[in-house]
Amino acid sequence: MSFPWAKQYTPKHPFMVWMDEKLPLPRLVYSAVGGGYEVPRNINYFWNFGFLAGFCLVIQIVTGVILAMHYGGNTQVAFDSTEHIMRDVNYGWMLRYGHANGASAFFVIVYLHIFRGFYFGSYKAPREMIWLLGVVIFLLMMATAFMGYVLPWGQMSYWGAQVITGLFSAIPMVGEPIREWLLGGFAPDNAALNRFFSLHFLLPFVILGVVILHIWALHIPGSSNPTGVEVKSESDTLPFYPYFIAKDGWTIGLFLIIYSLFVFFMPNALGHPDNYIPANPLQTPAHIVPEWYFWPFYAILRSFTQDWLFIIPAKLMGVLAMFSAILVWFFLPWLDKSPVRSGNYRPLYRKFFWVLVLDVLVLGYCGGMPAEQPYVLVAQIASIYYFLHFLVIVPIVSSIERPEPLPYSITEAVLGSDKAAAPGDKA
Amino acid sequence: MAQDAGTDTAAVIDGEGVRRRDFINIAAVSAAGVGGLAVIYPLISQMAPSADVLAESSTEVDIAQVQPGMAMKAVFRKQPVFIRNLTPKEIQEAEAVDVGSLRDPQTLAERTKEGKTNWLITMGVCTHLGCIPLGAGEGEVKGEYGGYFCPCHGSVYDTAARIRKGPAPTNLQVPDYEFTSDTVIKIG
Repeated sequence: MSFPWAKQYTPKHPFMVWMDEKLPLPRLVYSAVGGGYEVPRNINYFWNFGFLAGFCLVIQIVTGVILAMHYGGNTQVAFDSTEHIMRDVNYGWMLRYGHANGASAFFVIVYLHIFRGFYFGSYKAPREMIWLLGVVIFLLMMATAFMGYVLPWGQMSYWGAQVITGLFSAIPMVGEPIREWLLGGFAPDNAALNRFFSLHFLLPFVILGVVILHIWALHIPGSSNPTGVEVKSESDTLPFYPYFIAKDGWTIGLFLIIYSLFVFFMPNALGHPDNYIPANPLQTPAHIVPEWYFWPFYAILRSFTQDWLFIIPAKLMGVLAMFSAILVWFFLPWLDKSPVRSGNYRPLYRKFFWVLVLDVLVLGYCGGMPAEQPYVLVAQIASIYYFLHFLVIVPIVSSIERPEPLPYSITEAVLGSDKAAAPGDKA
Repeated sequence: MAQDAGTDTAAVIDGEGVRRRDFINIAAVSAAGVGGLAVIYPLISQMAPSADVLAESSTEVDIAQVQPGMAMKAVFRKQPVFIRNLTPKEIQEAEAVDVGSLRDPQTLAERTKEGKTNWLITMGVCTHLGCIPLGAGEGEVKGEYGGYFCPCHGSVYDTAARIRKGPAPTNLQVPDYEFTSDTVIKIG
């Protein structure tokens, strides 16, 4: 599992020796995220987002568990208890703003983490399982974030619940019964709010479980690196503690500065004013939009305005396309056949990567705009390109591209090809 | 070699053939499986609409105040119902449409009660993703076909509340209702 030169845990204190015999938990931690985990020495700042994402999950769980102590998951009190948290509970405003902006921060970090994976080919063998688990985490995050946004029971909460559960009614035949089953009624009401609260509390711990699997799967081949060249010898790696813990600590400081700017100085910048109006089942807000992190997928959903091939209803196509936009990631390890992992050595793939980034930004922008021209047309073109990228461009590029020469080893990539630079590595 | 002669014993020793233990195994796993499903059923069923939600299934509405060209919103199962008194011009527009050209082909007569063609009573829930279309309230946009317009994703309904444009798959749903008198309807 780990490299032969990784340091072994050697407890010194008699208690720790005793502990190691009975329950080797400190040994597990040491080998997983301590001095016993060897990491490629050349990883850059893009490799900090995994640790940061874990940090965001901790922020969300801590603030969330506390908020649940003051919140009431019932339509009679949900909106008022949210305001009670904001006005009456000591530091309640800080906890709620920290939780709401924490969700946005979590998504920013995770999107960067995912696109790091796209660029550096982190999804390729032998790391497919890490990638697949990561996509599962992302899906769970989306479900959790959606249900969390329903809890304050404001106008956007209510209509978000109405629209998103409406997606399920697109399924032929059984769609409407499924929707009624999910909601426990014919429209979002107390039954729905109460179960969303229960699940919103549960899912973060499910995410935590999958995160542990994600890290476990990571530690079998070890971390990837910006060259995409596998670790060959001891000179290619450094122990996670203290080197990368220190580096992660520095970006956590940086992250907290930006996060605090939002929490304390513009806490509502990413929210919608309509959600400070109590839910009203008889009045739809003029412009329903989800939170910004769903915009690219929302734009894809809205892109289908005509029935597809005169058979599949536009509504069903929109829903299928939206889910496919994420499900296609599951197939990425097998769609990209290039043996070269890193975009740094793939001149053609690199260009298309940046087009994809631009495309997703355009989709996101259109998703946040009203469903009218020119946004619908632009979103339709961007949606087509999105699927073209994964289903056509990536497979073709990976077979026709001529990659640039790879360095012999990570050490060579860092120190140059002078063999004398790595005396222990002459064999 | 002597054991080979007794075929039954040999089969048991080789682990081939059907043994009593195989039967017990299948029976035990089957019983546990059926038991497991029996436990899962209530766990799934509890999420379906509960008795009190289902009990709100009929509503009486007085429609005497609704003049031709006007509409009102009622509440049925916590969802809005649009009750609209069509003008002769609107009825004419709805009847002039070639039904075959519609996404969800229905005539105005099929969507209203006999002799009460002017009363268009539909759910006020867009069949796309469940927003409330505009057009029933005073001064709201009615869309280019003079019926309803859903602001969420741009579905347009005509004066018979039939889908004409946009992503919604079907016409606005007509709930079960009856006229209990000339001015009172019972929905559900």
